[in-house]
Amino acid sequence: MTIDAKNAGDRIAHHKLDYLLRQGDNALILSQQLSQLCGKGPALEEDMALTNVALDLLGQTRMWYAYAAELEGLGRSEDDLAFLRDAGAMRCCLLVEQPNGNYADTMMRQFFFDTWHYFLMQALVTSNDPRLAEIAEKSLKEVTYHLRRSGDLVVRLGDGSADSHARAQAAADALWMYGGEMFVYDAVDCALVDLGAAPAAAPLRAAFLEHVADIFAEATLAMPAADAWMQGGGKNGVHSEHLGFILAEMQFLQRAYPGARW
Amino acid sequence: MHPSSARIAQVWDWLGQVMDPEIPVISIVDLGIVRAVEWQGGECVVTITPTYSGCPAMQVIADSVRAALHGHGVASVRLVNQLSPAWTTDAMSEAGKAALKGYGIAPPAQQVVDISGLHAGVKRGALLACAAKLTVACPNCDSRRTELTSQFGSTPCKALYKCLDCREPFDYFKCH
Repeated sequence: MTIDAKNAGDRIAHHKLDYLLRQGDNALILSQQLSQLCGKGPALEEDMALTNVALDLLGQTRMWYAYAAELEGLGRSEDDLAFLRDAGAMRCCLLVEQPNGNYADTMMRQFFFDTWHYFLMQALVTSNDPRLAEIAEKSLKEVTYHLRRSGDLVVRLGDGSADSHARAQAAADALWMYGGEMFVYDAVDCALVDLGAAPAAAPLRAAFLEHVADIFAEATLAMPAADAWMQGGGKNGVHSEHLGFILAEMQFLQRAYPGARW
Repeated sequence: MHPSSARIAQVWDWLGQVMDPEIPVISIVDLGIVRAVEWQGGECVVTITPTYSGCPAMQVIADSVRAALHGHGVASVRLVNQLSPAWTTDAMSEAGKAALKGYGIAPPAQQVVDISGLHAGVKRGALLACAAKLTVACPNCDSRRTELTSQFGSTPCKALYKCLDCREPFDYFKCH
């Protein structure tokens, strides 16, 4: 193999690793955020639902990290990836690190995430990378009922009381700018698309906008402009101030007592 | 019977006595999460699949499988975790469903999240459309007048229902 070919191969492997970490980090950080609501849900059923969704996402995190660690080949474990990377090394999108806020904020964040997640997993099921495809296949079943639930709640809040409507609209308006980053492809995403391992951005974005429009119409909410200015940076490690606090809590034990075991 | 297939059948038999840690009336074989049993040299390889990806019982199940086989004198046991094809409640045996009902948990009625069409190019909101408008019979009085209380129950695999006739709340093992 020529040095150029080897370098190109290394670069592709590196991009794939980044792509897997993005998926795993999204699931982990959203799971951590939802876990913080354990015992604090607005109703018992909601409390159980939040923690169940958090658990699904944590399970999915492990599948992504297991594959990433294997591909990286440096002997790092799933736990190392979760607990020993600082904010700059985390590849989650900005949306998942936004605060839980009120329940409309929590559910709107979930709805935007679930909608993107659902269409991405649906497309990844037919990825030509068999490991990616099987993780997507397993995740998709869970993501499907996550999206049914968060869509239902957006409708209930939007088409509810004047107060719930106002809060849902405010949440949608505030979070909208974090819902575009996932569709702006960089070298990592494009490398995966070129390999045939991941779907292109345009059809994903179209499906996302269509589903949000459908649910918002039913919820009597005004949909923010599709071409609004969007925040970005999370998937390359440039995060909002919230992530540091999330990690400080989540990683405390391993930072304070390195190597501590259960 | 060929000696190796007899040995494999024996292991299946033993695994049929390993109960799910959260629903102790159904074995892991009846639950449909044991995918394969193989002998590789002197090592017994058991392939299992998770019900839900975050199922916290998987570790306990793996430990139980090891303990059961060690107890029957199998020195070397290896567990393999297989994701695809993803587990569905269709993998549950009829005996398993009957055991669930006897335990007071309504067994899965039909597969709600069916992703088999995806490979054939079915796309978009296909999965979202087939929403859960299903009838779940009460495991206590068999009434079909029941109502969903919560999509999520005491474990990730269950939803909470109540019976409008006998007024008892009950768990429903969700289709998946």
